[in-house]
Amino acid sequence: MEQKFILTARSLSKSFGLTPVLKNVNFELKSGEVRALLGENGAGKSTLIKIFSGALKPDSGLMSLDGQPYGPESPLEGRKNGLAVIYQELNLAPHLTVEENILLGQESQRLGFLNKKKNRQKIKQVLEFLGHPEISPDIPVRKLPIGARQVVEIGRALVSEARILVMDEPTSSLSQEDTRRLFEIIHRLKTEGVGIIYVSHFLEEVMEVADTFTVLRDGEVAGSGEMAGTSMEQLISLMIGKRLEELYPEANYQPGEIILKVGNLRGQRMTAPVSLELRRGEVLGVAGLVGSGRTEFLRTVFGLDKLKEGLLIISGTEFKPQHPRASINNGLGFLSEDRQAEGLALKMNISDNLTLSRLDFYTRRGFLDQQKQKASAWKWIGQLAIKARSPEQPVWTLSGGNQQKVALARLLHQQAEVFLLDEPTRGIDVLSKAHLYELIVELAMKQKAVIFVSSYFPELLGVCHRIAVFHRGKLVDIRMKEKWTEESLMKAAIAGSLELKEKIDRME
Amino acid sequence: MKNESLKKLGGILGPFIGLILVLAIFSLMPEISGRFLRLANFKNVAIQSVIVALSALGMTLIIISGGIDLSAASNLALSCVLVAYFIQAGFSPLLAALLGMLSGGLVGFLNGFLVTRLRVVPFIVTLGMMGMARGLAKWVARNQKIDAPLTWLNNLMARTPRPSWLVLSPGIWLMIILAVVVGLLLRKTVFGRHIFAVGSNEMTARLCGIRTDRVKLAVYTISGILCGLAGVMEFSRLTVGDPTVAMGLELDIIAAVVIGGGSLSGGEGKISGTLIGVFIMAFLRNGCTMMGWPNYFQEIIIGAIIITAVALDRLRHRQE
Repeated sequence: MEQKFILTARSLSKSFGLTPVLKNVNFELKSGEVRALLGENGAGKSTLIKIFSGALKPDSGLMSLDGQPYGPESPLEGRKNGLAVIYQELNLAPHLTVEENILLGQESQRLGFLNKKKNRQKIKQVLEFLGHPEISPDIPVRKLPIGARQVVEIGRALVSEARILVMDEPTSSLSQEDTRRLFEIIHRLKTEGVGIIYVSHFLEEVMEVADTFTVLRDGEVAGSGEMAGTSMEQLISLMIGKRLEELYPEANYQPGEIILKVGNLRGQRMTAPVSLELRRGEVLGVAGLVGSGRTEFLRTVFGLDKLKEGLLIISGTEFKPQHPRASINNGLGFLSEDRQAEGLALKMNISDNLTLSRLDFYTRRGFLDQQKQKASAWKWIGQLAIKARSPEQPVWTLSGGNQQKVALARLLHQQAEVFLLDEPTRGIDVLSKAHLYELIVELAMKQKAVIFVSSYFPELLGVCHRIAVFHRGKLVDIRMKEKWTEESLMKAAIAGSLELKEKIDRME
Repeated sequence: MKNESLKKLGGILGPFIGLILVLAIFSLMPEISGRFLRLANFKNVAIQSVIVALSALGMTLIIISGGIDLSAASNLALSCVLVAYFIQAGFSPLLAALLGMLSGGLVGFLNGFLVTRLRVVPFIVTLGMMGMARGLAKWVARNQKIDAPLTWLNNLMARTPRPSWLVLSPGIWLMIILAVVVGLLLRKTVFGRHIFAVGSNEMTARLCGIRTDRVKLAVYTISGILCGLAGVMEFSRLTVGDPTVAMGLELDIIAAVVIGGGSLSGGEGKISGTLIGVFIMAFLRNGCTMMGWPNYFQEIIIGAIIITAVALDRLRHRQE
């Protein structure tokens, strides 16, 4: 198939008030091409997408679609022109069925009545094309796992005969298996001549799925080209504007005494009991697929999930986790994998979010000393280099990376000794990640202990001292970092390991 | 720095302008302009506000914590009936009043208990409690009014206070003092901050070690006690225990909080705003009555004001 440009943009500019967000951006997309749109948070990716979709109008510049001038007034018009955007937060009606969702607004009808047969036929075709014929058209979307919901959303775009698909962080909440299936779908779409603009923070995936890339930095195109022959280091350098010498900090771990001992701990949502030991001054990585029980394990340790059996020994004292309050008092600190829904109270300000777990510290005769609270917040904002105007700024106004720093600052502020970090780098930009790695290593250097859960194995290999692997609710293997490779981690995470019992016996 | 304090003011500036507007409109009406802007009339309105205001203080706490209490008015009526019942039974007025507040506290505690234990949403729990408390009040009163001998309790809401050096009637003082106390509780204590945290994001609050169930239980109980106190004031005003009193008043109470900037999704609300909300509605009623406008007219205006106030508030949020 001969590839031609379906979307081109010439010198697009856009400012919000006096702040320029896009400066002379050129962009093009061929049919059947997957072009990665990369850049740090605030680089202008979402603004560019919004201009393509019609949600925003550029201040200057020209766009064309199939050689025709293109300037959509609204997302609806963009859609009519064949451009569909699939956002991070899926836009589905949870109570409607798969069929109703896919056809929403484009149902076949006769005199206002639904043409059932024709609709059903269309759905069958679409689901088959997407390689998911097993999804029943009659099941309500809320009962589907997240990966299947995305298929529904893509199906909707297909029915509207979209020729350009914009995917905004499509894999951020998908398991590896679902991600693989999504990539299969993307390959099918390519063969049909659909052009795809793929926005993601996960560079490994981007390099696997995209043919070409455009990197934005501070509203300008920092570089673009073919994915083949481009290394990840080059991409990161383009994104952050300087050479990336070392993403992972150097760490010389010298583990001290055992601070946390987990003995046959099993929580309400854990399928098997888990035992492990954690020493001061070390970072223990926890690898595994989504749903392998890592999160449930951490939540049980922290007292968020109900304890069924087992106990903890923290610095020599026995402890049964029942409520986060007791855990915090015993030196545990927990960072939630979902900072938007659980980790932070987005509407509250930085100062409150940061100090919420140890407000008692600021009371004087029953009253809260807000000056002291604010001063303390300033201190942490400075120490963690959080980009904020004032401690009274609501947390939702911060970028993802800075939000995560506030969440981490809370644990530091509550004087945690054991840091339980669940996917701390999810959805944040590369620079913030690098900074977070530094902070984590620094914790270990100060003789704190860290458990670092991640689905992204290279960062575990880059940062941790030891790495444990979870598989189907069980801790299947735990080794020094040097004894792991990305392949062996992946193998253990997917297949589990039979030598588990011997290993643990040997350790004890 | 200046900007931040201006923003803080912006939260109650809206309702305040609304109040000024209501006052301005009625004082410009030639028919009543002489009488409306009088101190005597203001005192009058203040007394009429006491009952709604006391309940609205508690409702503000509940709404900030992300809940709602539809049983507030029934709770108030139950307390009103019980006070009359106990006085008629020969109890001392003080003991009767305390028992009225206790009943309010118990109803509130039960609300909180059911919300936190059964994990049923507050709307449903308090909807059920609304019927139960009202039914109980009618049962105690055998479906009629309970007459009680006059005692000093009835002076609490008198227009001319005794002793006269009080200037304002004791009910108004009580309203002012409690507003300050609850306001301080909300803004200046750890407990207050925990209420905001629970309403803003309950999961975060739990994560931060806040015992969210205890916070909610306390909030519903405090609010119940305040409703009980409002019931005492109602009895003081009526001099009888009427089980059908304050029908539908819970909506006025909720409206006051919402006009004052409270958000039904939790995490937002102000005592000062709530009081302004109470006064806006009280002055509207007062002005309309003085103008001789029919009741239905007031209802339409107040309905429109609720919607306008919340719409303006949303607009302000979007601009932020």
